[in-house]
Amino acid sequence: METLKQELKENIVEQLNLEDIAVEDINDNDILFGDGLGLDSIDALELIVMLDKNYGIKLSDPKEGRAIFESIEVLAKYISEHRTK
Amino acid sequence: MKTVYINSVCSISSQKTFDNSEFLDEIIYHEDNLIPVVNPNYKDYISPSESRRMAKGVKMGVAASKIALKDANLDTVDAIITGTGMGCLRDSEKFLGALIDNDEQFLTPTSFIQSTHNTVGGQIALNLQCKGYNFTYVHSSISFESTVLDAKLMLENNEANTILIGGVDEIGDYTAKLHQIINHIKAEKTSTSELLNSKTEGAVFSEGANFFVLSNEKQTSSYAEIIAISTYNTLGNSKISDLAKSFLDENNLDIDAIDMVVLGNNGDVTFDGFYNELSSGLFKNTQQVYYKHLCGEFMTASSFGVWLASKILKTQKLPEIVKLNNLKDSNFKTILLYNQYRGENHSFTLLRKC
Amino acid sequence: MSKGVAITGMGIISAIGNNVEENYASLVTGNTGISKISKIETNHKDSIMVGEIGFTNQELEQQLGLSSENNYSRTAFLGVIAAKEAIKNAGISDINNYKTGLISATSVGGMDRTEAHYYDYAVDKSTQKYIEGHHAGDSTQKIAEQLGIKQSLVTTISTACSSAANAIMLGARLIKSGQLDRVIVGGADCLSKFTINGFKTLMILSDTYNSPFDEHRKGLNLGEAAAYLVLESDKVVLSENKPVLAYVKGYGNANDAYHQTASSENGDGATLAMQQALKVAELSPKDISYINAHGTATGNNDLSEGRAILRVFENDIPDFSSTKAFTGHTLAAAGAIEAVYSVLALQNNVIYPNLNFKTQMKEFNITPQLEFKEKEQHTIMSNSFGFGGNCSTIIFSKKQ
Repeated sequence: METLKQELKENIVEQLNLEDIAVEDINDNDILFGDGLGLDSIDALELIVMLDKNYGIKLSDPKEGRAIFESIEVLAKYISEHRTK
Repeated sequence: MKTVYINSVCSISSQKTFDNSEFLDEIIYHEDNLIPVVNPNYKDYISPSESRRMAKGVKMGVAASKIALKDANLDTVDAIITGTGMGCLRDSEKFLGALIDNDEQFLTPTSFIQSTHNTVGGQIALNLQCKGYNFTYVHSSISFESTVLDAKLMLENNEANTILIGGVDEIGDYTAKLHQIINHIKAEKTSTSELLNSKTEGAVFSEGANFFVLSNEKQTSSYAEIIAISTYNTLGNSKISDLAKSFLDENNLDIDAIDMVVLGNNGDVTFDGFYNELSSGLFKNTQQVYYKHLCGEFMTASSFGVWLASKILKTQKLPEIVKLNNLKDSNFKTILLYNQYRGENHSFTLLRKC
Repeated sequence: MSKGVAITGMGIISAIGNNVEENYASLVTGNTGISKISKIETNHKDSIMVGEIGFTNQELEQQLGLSSENNYSRTAFLGVIAAKEAIKNAGISDINNYKTGLISATSVGGMDRTEAHYYDYAVDKSTQKYIEGHHAGDSTQKIAEQLGIKQSLVTTISTACSSAANAIMLGARLIKSGQLDRVIVGGADCLSKFTINGFKTLMILSDTYNSPFDEHRKGLNLGEAAAYLVLESDKVVLSENKPVLAYVKGYGNANDAYHQTASSENGDGATLAMQQALKVAELSPKDISYINAHGTATGNNDLSEGRAILRVFENDIPDFSSTKAFTGHTLAAAGAIEAVYSVLALQNNVIYPNLNFKTQMKEFNITPQLEFKEKEQHTIMSNSFGFGGNCSTIIFSKKQ
């Protein structure tokens, strides 16, 4: 689980090009969207592709992402329960 | 009808031009067929959260717009009009490459969103929170001239008082390679000082962003007055000299009234004839200036010409490096600019000291 | 200064018809052009629906009598066909007998050719003719050439899905200011894998028939189309004694300045564009007899646009509908397609149905016109909104 969380943080910083945020700045329970890390609807779409590509999880409705992408903690839990690769 | 002034300028080019306190004080001599811009520190103008999705062209455009606004002492404007001949090439290449390479799978939206031609205009509006008129022109070598034409129409009729206009184009690596294959970009490296003697096909390509605040109110820091602009999709059966004459006639000017012509020669042996016809004919007794040896060719390179002419009119200095002949070195009042690309999309722009 | 901006000719090619007459017939009979995709080989063919034009590129090339050496994109083919119809419709025999310009809009440009040959370009000489046709101004230059427009003001606008509305707006301003006597305005966009995949990544493509303003709308269908209008000054209309189809009465352009792709929740930009168009037209909201809405059937657009309409028209909402369920969203061309439909609605005194609507949206209580309806028309508003926050509104009227 810890490895997965670390991997997610690294991917998020790199893929979303978060220039001013370091991996170690992200806490497991930080809110990713809005006032938290500042991610927005386009980032949610980027994360949906990451779920599909890296973990074989397909979301068909971007609204589903809202709850799943709440924090690294929540996201890692969801991935470990639903991953197909 | 109101008069239209250039109240501020900003040029990000392959010379160090973004600092308005200088004027080509230090020339960078390139020897290449593709030359990148000298970047300002984009972080000074764009926050990390804004810049994280921006390709170079968008960064150049947003930074240039901020410098131009500062130079005009403004926080925002009534309208934003952008010109780009090739649009956001880097993101277009990125999205298309990924689409083909991954067989339409696992594509992400960012590069698609950023690939639309109006990205720069939209990002500037977002950055300035400017809800006013916002247009993007994408017509080859008159993309920038279209922004001038539109802004002038608006300011003359008092539909706006301040308008940010600009031309921006970025180098896309793959597109540049393709344009080299079809000889639009020179096959060989060419030096800044030898560009017009190259006698080969194609141009030395580059990128850049040249932004201006236009207004119908003059300020003490104003650079110039825009008297007229005309664009022509083709020459039809006329010669460029005929068109130049009728353009001057329309503006009640004769050749002697022109203190300087600024020409868009890019060293392409096939198409520089249009410029040569003017410089060896109609304007042989006029001070002649060129600039694409400094900024390279790109679809909105003529906006660098307007930057140059504006600087000359304001400072009354004529840098040695841009002279094509040596006939006049002071008292510049009226400047005519002419540009075309590959024999199409010709334009005349007329500026006057203010 | 010319006060009036007369529309004296129109041409169109879309998924519901190859000319003005065929388009109108489909609108009257409620015949949608949305289908499975057949002309582009894409992995998404089973999960999307599109508004595709029946002709192949070869057929279009033959219709235009072009040699096989040509380097036309599909955008250029479609543009030339629609622009030629507009010129013919306007009864123009000598294009250069008045000061004539061309303002065209496109977002796809030559991307259809670029994506087909992208890597081949480097190795296959026979494909290289398309390289210089990639840029957005190329199709406009070709249309000008085919119409015989020389030494003129010819330019291209690309403000995403509001592009053609902006072309109409600029054209109208050039006529009003006296810079041009006549200007052909409109837009063209063909379908491409680039846009299909792009909108797919945004997850706003419907897998079924798009249903604007419906509570359960699933997104848009992309379409391809081209349409052009001939705008002429009072001087030309008077001296040629020309029949006038309608007038461009008002226009407004504003930026939402909210997000690169999404519209603001309350439609700030859309509201400003509509208000400004009314101001230019010197009309009040009650003067509008029909709104041809942008209505793309995405969750975001229809909510934002609906709210903006409510802000502008308050308790007195005119009949409105979106015709995108007929044509699909034709991107940069949409504003011109819907301009032609607006003029036809004025001429024939009709309102087109908003197809596929079943369930009222829960956020507000306005409902689009659902049936084809005859009604005396005098002034029509047409909305076009795009990425980059670009919002545009055009008002067309019967009388000057």
